[in-house]
Amino acid sequence: MNKWVWVGLAISLAVAAVLSPFASPWPDGLERVAEDLGFDELASEIPALASPIPDYLVPGISSEGLATSLAGIIGTILVFGIALGLAKVVGERRG
Amino acid sequence: MHIPDGFLDTKTWSSLAVASGAVMAVALSGKAKRISEEQVPLMGVAAAFIFAAQMINLPVAGGTSGHFMGAMLAAILLGPWAAFLIMATVLIVQCLVFQDGGLLALGANIFNMGVVAVGSGWLVYNLAKRLMTTEKWWRIGSFSGAWISIVLSAAVVAVELSLSGAVALRQALPAMVGVHAIIGLVEGVITLAVLEFIYKVRPDLLTFGGAADE
Repeated sequence: MNKWVWVGLAISLAVAAVLSPFASPWPDGLERVAEDLGFDELASEIPALASPIPDYLVPGISSEGLATSLAGIIGTILVFGIALGLAKVVGERRG
Repeated sequence: MHIPDGFLDTKTWSSLAVASGAVMAVALSGKAKRISEEQVPLMGVAAAFIFAAQMINLPVAGGTSGHFMGAMLAAILLGPWAAFLIMATVLIVQCLVFQDGGLLALGANIFNMGVVAVGSGWLVYNLAKRLMTTEKWWRIGSFSGAWISIVLSAAVVAVELSLSGAVALRQALPAMVGVHAIIGLVEGVITLAVLEFIYKVRPDLLTFGGAADE
């Protein structure tokens, strides 16, 4: 893998680690509409599956900003790895 | 725009799961345009960036936030089939690892942000490519494609919600389209900014849609 791959990955990691604690806590478009139109209470309180890092906060870390940054770094690396693997599979199939 | 569990009824989420599964099978089967050796790492980086950028909610209007989706950007960089796989990857990780978007609604979310957003954005982008004679067509095409990708997937979410009996379409549709018309402008700005950046540093990565041409 050449240099620009690492540059791109570094930019992504910087976004996930540095900017994520500053993300707006306001509800997103769908959450806002659900609240305004009164169907937000339909959302399941109990998730169908327990996630290891719920709500982008690594458990056990008291600083919320750090917990979010770490979640961002883990997710970015995970997604990078899976997408890279998928690209190899899809590429090899017809390669 | 990640739908949590509880908003969709069984017939709706299960139909959409089947639909997304079918598109996934086609995308993986090799019917999708082959990804070149050069594009393999690009697919990893594009997915990583989209995941990271989706964490950054920006305040848009009246106590509402929105974040970048990335479907149009992914399609321009790698073609629509790879873009679908990227969106599906991001959504699956968000759902399973971070509890963002419901598990039963995962197929619906992949349908909305993978099939609808990528498909509509790609259509508009290619329309601009065909109809416009200026060599800067890709700037207008990518911006408007990004906007459409957000607004149309928001409209589809409204339809799904009403099919599920969660809310009436005449209420959900204007509300969803209204707020996402603004979020779509943010999508357009970020999509264009990233493309301009790549255009400056690695223009060879940008075939501007040529990547998926036969």
